[in-house]
Parts: sequence; C-alpha cells; structure tokens
Amino acid sequence: MPQTRMVEVRQNVLKHNDVLAGNLRTRFQEANVFVVSLVSSPGSGKTAFLENTLSMLRPTSRVAALVGDLATANDAARLSRADVPVKQITTGTICHLEARMVSDSLQDWDLNELDFLFIENVGNLVCPSSYDLGEALRVVLMSTTEGEDKPLKYPTIFNTADVAVITKMDLAEAVEFDLQAAHASIQAVRPAMKVFEVSSKTGAGMDEWLELLQTHRRFD
Amino acid sequence: MHELSIVMSMIDMATEESKKRGGVKVDALHLRLGALSGVVKDALLFSWQIACQGTPLENSRLVIEEVPVVVHCPKCNADKTLDSINNLFCPTCKARTNEIVQGKEMEVTALEII
Repeated sequence: MPQTRMVEVRQNVLKHNDVLAGNLRTRFQEANVFVVSLVSSPGSGKTAFLENTLSMLRPTSRVAALVGDLATANDAARLSRADVPVKQITTGTICHLEARMVSDSLQDWDLNELDFLFIENVGNLVCPSSYDLGEALRVVLMSTTEGEDKPLKYPTIFNTADVAVITKMDLAEAVEFDLQAAHASIQAVRPAMKVFEVSSKTGAGMDEWLELLQTHRRFD
Repeated sequence: MHELSIVMSMIDMATEESKKRGGVKVDALHLRLGALSGVVKDALLFSWQIACQGTPLENSRLVIEEVPVVVHCPKCNADKTLDSINNLFCPTCKARTNEIVQGKEMEVTALEII
C-alpha cells in the first residue's frame, strides 16, 4: 500500500453558491429592493399566496417575481395575472433554486426599478434549505391540510427561514387542524419565529403580512 | 435529493486541489457534516461512488464526521449539545434558544493524497 498523506483544506462545500448569493445581496441592497423568498412543500399554496401578495402590493409598490419550477411555466402564467413582471426559472431535474439561477434570470431586469422582488422556490422542503439566494427574508409556508407536525419533520428548512406562514386557514376547521399544536411545532424548531395565519381565498391575515413587508422595506 | 450536486461540488474541489499539487491521487476526502446542514449522510455516501467514476477521485473514500447541534443557552450562559434537531431548547434548564453555535457545517476539512 502506498503511503497516504493528510492535507488540510477547510472549505465550505457550497462556497461557490454562498459567494454568488453574497454578491446578489449586495446588489439588492444597493438597488434598495427588498427580496423575499418563499419555500414550502408542493401544493401548500405558495403561488396563490404570492398572487395575492403581488396584487395587493401592486397599487403602491413596484413588484416583480421569479418562480422556480421543475418543468412547467404554469405558475408564471398564473402570477402574470397580477399584472407585474414575472419570470419562470425552469430547473429541469434540479429540485431547488441556486444563486446562479437567480442571478442569470435577473440579467435583463433593472433592479433599481423595483421595491420588492419575490422568489418562489421549487416546491420542496428539503433541498432549498442549503442554498442562500441572497434574499433578505426567507418565508416558509405550511398549509392546514398538511398536518401540524410538518416543522418537526423538516426542521432544517424551518430553521433557515425567518418567518412562517400557515396557509389555507379557511380549511382549518374542515380538516380539524390543531392551530396550537402547529404553533408549538414551529416554536420547537425555531424558537421565537414570527408566524402568520392566512387564507389566500378569503384574504384573511394578508394585511398583517403586508404590514411586515412594508416595515421591513422601510427599515432594513 | 440534492446530495448528488453537493457531491459533485466536493469532487470539483478535490480535483482542483489535486491539480494544484501536480495531479496527485486523492485517496479520501474528509467532510464535517452538521445535523442541521440539510444534507443526509447516507445519500452522500451513496452518490459518492457513482459520481467519482471517471474522475481523479475514482475509488476514493468519503469520510464523514457528523457534527451535532450545539446551542448557546442564555439562561445557563453555556453551550449545550442537543441530541435532536427538532427541539431547540437547553437540555439543562429547558429554556428555548435560537442561538445555534454549531451544526450547520458542510465543510471539506482535509484530503488524503498519495
């Protein structure tokens, strides 16, 4: 057996993504655009929530969205109904967005023309957690139809997020959703996390969410 | 499953390092992997052999050191190691804490070269 020798390296595996995300964050700050990313499992209501958010912000703010999806451009088509610039990032077989994809998609957009930029990640509660996209606020969504223990099953994504949103509150009663248990699960994996309860269908809870966005944009 | 793309990044990193040293053979790569890194050890190991084929790392080993989550408890004013990642509270005084000291690592620490 030939002799092996140990060489110290000490390098973050995702260094390349982290550097790109850092550059994006600087660009966003310089352009004074507040960037929010949305992560959740497939079908938790990210697109409906974003559609509502865009429509409500549009009268007073300049907003745009990037939407990640494996195969279709359906979400971008849906979101463009809010009459704001929307671009689809089709990832092919990749299960998450990376900083490079965000950076590539922004090439022909002038960030100075925007107040808010939303990035909807691919529906996945595992992989997106490792990739910084340069966002100022990461929002994790869970719907009442998914069960109260979702945060306990996917602690890493909840831990990397800044804010949680419980969607489909209009269905809570029908599916016997235990709101208290859901809050307890969130607090267990991310103590002191801010949580919003919304219904994209009725609009309930959306005002508080928009207030948070406006406050962040003013003070961050 | 994003472990394969993570494995590819590690292979690129090691290949570059091997080139820098005149194309030495890499026998093993050492990785520190935090419990909150979002990456699964077994999936990394599974992807490793396949992804290394046809690269300078063919037949090399991936050695993973698992790093538990350590939080700082403000009440005890001490760092505490947790045995679970879905209950972030101090194991001594039960206070909830968000101050993660360790456990998010995904870092290549060393290479074994021949």
